[in-house]
Parts: sequence; structure tokens; C-alpha cells
Amino acid sequence: MGQTMLFPLEEALAPIVDGCVLAVPREVAGAPMAATRALIRRKVRRLHLVAVPTSSLQADLLIGAGCVETLETSAVSLGEFGLAPRFTAAVIAGIVKMKEATCPALHAALQAAEKGTPFMSLRGLVGSDILEVRPDWKVIDNPFGQNDPIVLVPALKPDVALIHAPMADNIGNVWIGRQRELATMAHAAAKTVVTVETIYDGNLLADPVLAAGTLPGFYIETIAVATNGCWPLSLPDHYSADLEHLADYAQLAATPEGFARYLEQFVYERRAA
Amino acid sequence: MNAAQPENPCREEELLAEVIARLIGDVRHVAVGNASPIPATAALLARARGKGRPYVSLLQSRKHNFFTEGGRELFDCAGQGRVDVFFLSGGEIDGEANINLVSVGDYTRPKVRFPGSFGAGYLYYVVPKLILFRTEHSRRTLVPTVTFVTAPGTSPENVYRPGGPIALVTSRCLFTFDRARRRFSLASVHPGYSVEDIIEHTGFEFDRPDLVPITMPPSPADLQLMREVVAPELAEIYPQFAAAVFGVRGRSSD
Repeated sequence: MGQTMLFPLEEALAPIVDGCVLAVPREVAGAPMAATRALIRRKVRRLHLVAVPTSSLQADLLIGAGCVETLETSAVSLGEFGLAPRFTAAVIAGIVKMKEATCPALHAALQAAEKGTPFMSLRGLVGSDILEVRPDWKVIDNPFGQNDPIVLVPALKPDVALIHAPMADNIGNVWIGRQRELATMAHAAAKTVVTVETIYDGNLLADPVLAAGTLPGFYIETIAVATNGCWPLSLPDHYSADLEHLADYAQLAATPEGFARYLEQFVYERRAA
Repeated sequence: MNAAQPENPCREEELLAEVIARLIGDVRHVAVGNASPIPATAALLARARGKGRPYVSLLQSRKHNFFTEGGRELFDCAGQGRVDVFFLSGGEIDGEANINLVSVGDYTRPKVRFPGSFGAGYLYYVVPKLILFRTEHSRRTLVPTVTFVTAPGTSPENVYRPGGPIALVTSRCLFTFDRARRRFSLASVHPGYSVEDIIEHTGFEFDRPDLVPITMPPSPADLQLMREVVAPELAEIYPQFAAAVFGVRGRSSD
């Protein structure tokens, strides 16, 4: 186990190159915000961002900072703080190419990739205009039924999954607890980049209680410690969202000038969170 | 007689939550999606009234969410019919209960962009009691025809459709939805509004009985449950809402 996967944040993010298909989790599963700010500072460009299955501040920041060419997701919103202003403006201006989805379709597409199978079938969607804007999703007649239209979504294999977790050990195992969608993302993606709150002293797979919630190092490319790495969002079970900051963001990001000020102050300034 | 004025009059959010709790009825599992504080209040009220049943899954919550298989488990559950009640809203909702959560105008260069479909493109089909909820009751939101059918209100007979809309709750009234006739019917008008108000502010046509009842306000017992049991539970995921409506402060998520 000589080779370390542990890097400083900037180096850990090296697999996320311009133009790659990057999958990130929804806020509830722990959004890697410190990593997101580092990517913006690095001026990553032309991302095909897959927000699994939705996003909030993370997608809004990446879009506003000009990092995203294509956005594949089911929704972007700031929740109680209203519409995601940079996402909304970019879609209306036609700056970001949308690949409209609906939540279980993204889960299904990743599950197909994790199984190495070309597609997954999914109920619903028949008669929705989402199918009109997703020509890569097909409707077939259920081969096991009769006159039963059903949707097929192709496997979605991200180049990189970027996730945040409470802890990793020194041999690259990552403890994700019950956030099992992070495992699906890592299984589906070619590479997985992880930020963690802290390093666990020992082997996470050696403890059967922890092992069940552990993503094996086999799937992991790089790990960086980013304490409070979801700030200003929450890491469920660990810390809450910084509501005051999010309210300020919603207000600032309402205009391009305000958003630029936000980036200057909280992203480029490299605020120690 | 004057003494009947209650000490804490019912707030609009409380009235709407109780209306929704009644629609939930006697079921096993109610799930509530993102950004839905009033449906979440209703689900938790139903659970408080039922002494722990139905199961309630608040998708943004850690405490009120039993899923251990990640985000897909809710949808897998729903696909099997294991979610009895779910809630959806719409940037636009039309008279056939088609909902639009995506955008208005040309899709590639929209005039208005909403957050997106979330799970609507699926859950609208498979959850038996799908309750539509939109506080803003105006001709802007309740339209003759939605511009982007994110999910259709009804489907042709050959389309697998065990679920669909049963009702639409707004700040002004309760509509029930008749899937066979593909029309809403005005079931009750909330206190302070009239049938004329509803007609004036609704962009689609709907059925109504000759005499439309006034929506019954929550009982004192329900108000007490909402304020004392439900409100602190809500504060975990809707701190702003819990503070504004119930004066409850949020605690950390642990």
C-alpha cells in the first residue's frame, strides 16, 4: 500500500480537466464546495456538469464563473433562498447547453454505467416534453408486454465523480455512511476524486460496522483533506448550512456585478472557511 | 360571544397544511420533496395525528427520512407503489393538470426558466395520491395550457399510469381533479375568498357545484399539534419557514 492517494486539494483535482464530464452530488449528500472554489480559481472550462440529480449553490457558482458548457440535471435551485440566479440567467441567455433530466433517470443512467450495461428502462416520462428535448432517450414497446411504451435511458459514464465525505483512511477507503448515491457515482465514473473532513486512523474496511458504509479505495483516484469542505452548505450529520451566507449569496448573485464581487471575496480571496 | 375570538388565530400556512393533511388520509407512506415546507407540515401533522403513522419521508431531512440506499431509493419505492402520497408544484399548471416545471417560451432560449422537473417526470405517473400545491393562485400560474408539459395530468390508456393528480391546493381554494373527465372541480374556497375571486384569478375552466363550501379551518387540537410537535421538527430543514410561521429557531442538523 505504498502509493498514497492523499494530495493537497489543488493536486487532487488534477483529473478534472477542461471539457470533462464531471458528476457532482446533490446538496443533501454533501456538496464538495471547497473543491468547487478551487476549480473556479483554476479556471476550469467547458465542463459537462452532471448534477446528480439536482444542485444548488455548487452548480450556480460553476455556471456563473463560466466553467460549464453543458449542464445535465433535473433541477437547480437555492431552495428556501429562491431561484439559482446564475443558472437561470445562463439558461435564458442560452450560454449553457441544457440536458434536461428527471431525478430517477439520472440515477438509472448511472446504475446502467455501474453495471456495464448499455441502458436502463424507466417508468414515467411517456408524454412529457422532456422526451422532446432528450432525443438520446428512447421509447420502445416493452418486449415482455403488449402495447406498453417504456423509456430507455443510455448509460451515463462520467469521466470524474467529485464527492465529499466525512473521512477516508490512509489506504484510500472512503467512508460515505448512508449516502449510497456517492457509491453509485463512484462505481459509474472512470475516476473518483474525494475531499474529506478528516483522515481515519486505521483501515475502514477492517471494522464491519464502518465497512458497510465504506467506498473501497479501488474506485478512488485522489483524496484531499478539506475541513468544513461543504461550507457554506451543510454536511448532513456533521454541520449545518451557513444560512446567513446563503442569503447574502442569493442577493449578490442576482446581478452579474454582485456575483463578481462574491467570487472576488469568497472564491478568489481563498477565504479560510 | 365575542370571547370566541381565538387567542392565536389560524395562519394561512396552518390552514393549507391542514387541508393537505386531510387529503393525505389513511395511508402508509407519505414522501415530501424539496422546497415544500407546507406539504412537509401537512405530512408531519398527519403523522402526529396518527401517532407515528403514516411513515413520512422528508427528502431533505436526516431525521425524517429512513432511506439508506441513496437518492434512488425513493424512486425505486415509488415505482413499486410503496409511496402513497407525494406533492408537486408547477411554474404553470393547466386545466388538465399538466404541469410545467421547466421553462416558458422557446426551450433553447426561454423567456422564463424554472428550476427544473426534479422527480416530476416520473413520480407524477406512479404515486397514487399526487397532490398539487401552489400558493400563488393567479392567471400567471394557473394557465389554460402549459407551454412545456413536464408531466401530463393524464395519459392514454396504454401508458402505465397507476398514479396521478387527485387535487390542487392553492392559497385561495381546494380543487379536486377528475382523471376520467380531465378537469378540476372547485371543492372549497378558503375563508376570506369568494367563488368570484377564484374565477377571476384562474386561467383555466373548472367545474363547480351550485353551492361551494368554505374550507374548514384546523381544529384547536390540530393547531396545537402543528405549533408544538410539528414546528420544531420542521426547523431542521426549513429554518426560515419555521421561524417565520411558528417562531421556532432551527437547531444544528445532528
